[in-house]
Amino acid sequence: MANSQQQINFSTLRSTIHTWLENRLSSEALTWITETSEKLEMGTEDWEFFASFSGVPQKTGKELLELSEQEGKQAENLRRGWQPEHWSVDQLGRTYLVLSIANKGKDDFLDILEKTFISSDMNEAIALYQSLPVLPHPEDLTKRAAEGIRSNITSVFNAVALRNPYPADFMDDGAWNQVVLKALFVESPLYLIDGIDRRANEKLAGMLADYAHERWAADRSVSPELWRPVGPFAKGDTIDDLKKVLTHDDELQQQAAVLALSASPSDQAQALLDEHPETVDKVKEAGIDWNTIGVRFNKK
Amino acid sequence: MSIDEMKFIDPHVHMVSRTTDDYEAMRQAGVVAVIEPAFWLGQPRTDASSMLDYFSMIVGWERFRAEQFGVRHYCTIGLNAKEANNEQLAEDVMELLPRFANKEGVVAIGEIGYDDMTDLEEKYFHLQLELAKKMDKLVLIHTPHRNKKQGTSRSMDLCEEHGLDPSRVIVDHNNEETVEEVLDRGYWTAFTIYPGTKMGNERMVDIVKQYGTERIFVDSAADWGKSDPLGVPKTAQLMLDRGISKEDVQIVCYQNALDAYKQSGQMKEEDWLDRPLIDQSKTYGGNTVLRGGSKPFIEKEHPDEDDIIIE
Repeated sequence: MANSQQQINFSTLRSTIHTWLENRLSSEALTWITETSEKLEMGTEDWEFFASFSGVPQKTGKELLELSEQEGKQAENLRRGWQPEHWSVDQLGRTYLVLSIANKGKDDFLDILEKTFISSDMNEAIALYQSLPVLPHPEDLTKRAAEGIRSNITSVFNAVALRNPYPADFMDDGAWNQVVLKALFVESPLYLIDGIDRRANEKLAGMLADYAHERWAADRSVSPELWRPVGPFAKGDTIDDLKKVLTHDDELQQQAAVLALSASPSDQAQALLDEHPETVDKVKEAGIDWNTIGVRFNKK
Repeated sequence: MSIDEMKFIDPHVHMVSRTTDDYEAMRQAGVVAVIEPAFWLGQPRTDASSMLDYFSMIVGWERFRAEQFGVRHYCTIGLNAKEANNEQLAEDVMELLPRFANKEGVVAIGEIGYDDMTDLEEKYFHLQLELAKKMDKLVLIHTPHRNKKQGTSRSMDLCEEHGLDPSRVIVDHNNEETVEEVLDRGYWTAFTIYPGTKMGNERMVDIVKQYGTERIFVDSAADWGKSDPLGVPKTAQLMLDRGISKEDVQIVCYQNALDAYKQSGQMKEEDWLDRPLIDQSKTYGGNTVLRGGSKPFIEKEHPDEDDIIIE
């Protein structure tokens, strides 16, 4: 698994976050978070960390960051796949405070972090799970990330699963497959899952095809995005499934089938595509890809 | 303004013990916000980790559950008097409180106070008042079922010993015997409409007629016992039926609770006035509180008086 994490320069990360905060906070809030961070870095009683971590939104408000393009690039350079563009200012502030105690020994840091996770309210949990890709010792946080995936609260699940490079970079296949399957189950979009194509695997493809059958049997609709990680492993019975999708009334379903079949190494897939040249051409001409399907489907 | 357009707050209700039907009924009856004070669960806890999960639940899952039904959920964090009698548990829980007290939507330290008025209850009552002072938090006092009058007076003495401002303390579960002293000493004076053990709402009507509306408010304290999560709206209806003005009903069933708890900085009217519409896809999608559809609550248009009296 790509360990892009190890290249994070934490001091640059912290100073960059501070600059972003500087451009968005009132001088009073900025002073508070700067001084709090310095205090935490020097070492305080644990409860002071918990109380200030919880108190962040009251000081900073909850406006969206709306990072500039330039700032977005900085984020990508600091940590591949990190997308704080969609964060709010309190979430960034909370991450800043967590990074302030990162200089503690590994065991102490992980102990406080886990305590913060288990006693978190919903907004805190979202902030914490979103920050996974930029925290130190990420290889020790895979169980915690899997716990976030098990959350009953959709927004907490989404904080781990969507726009977050952590799962694809650090979770093993078993946990990763749950990310994808559960995203479909709670109707979260797959196109926002970082590494969705890179981490496709045969076992997942099988699970997804089974899930499609289950939905069909219950006369429920199937997301066209389901076929995205299936395509590269589609053969045999799955080709028959995709035939059904290709001839579906809904255009999005047809488009998904074309893309999935095009990704399949099987000759049967190619043969099936050859039988439907019009549908295939339409997809090509319109420049349809998985992201456009994802966007359109999730707008519905 | 008819009662159908009135908004209510239930500032003391233990929703972890209630069903989603209750949430639905409360919303339909006009309850826009609830406060869930940390309390005991009937079965005594034997370890602080049970309390940790409970605190996490009332700031986490229960808040999410309430939101799914359009009810805004707040809570208070504290060690209740009954379980303060388990000293090891109490010591460990005291360590947990600062981890939760400053969270969003936590409006007070509470409910704390006396149960049997033992030395241990007094010890942890003191320690929690000290914590409230240190962390600049409001306090919610549970007054005891037995020996109520003396317990109430003593609770206020303790608050004053710690230099707490009475306007930042809510004294709950009052009755005809305690109301005068609590009002005179400047505390928020809450009444619990709970069948059998605490106040009935016909008595509540008389209290408001006699003492007016200043610093007085009503809650249900509905929990796992035979209790009524519609205690506040039903009492409002009874007050209207018995000649109390709508303005006054609004004050004791909504405004005073808001005024008391908004001092925490963690509760404001915009929280529910600007509430986004309930997200049905979120509600029904996959693994949420609504598993496979639910029947809507249908409120009677004109409830009979028999339906709304709680004795």
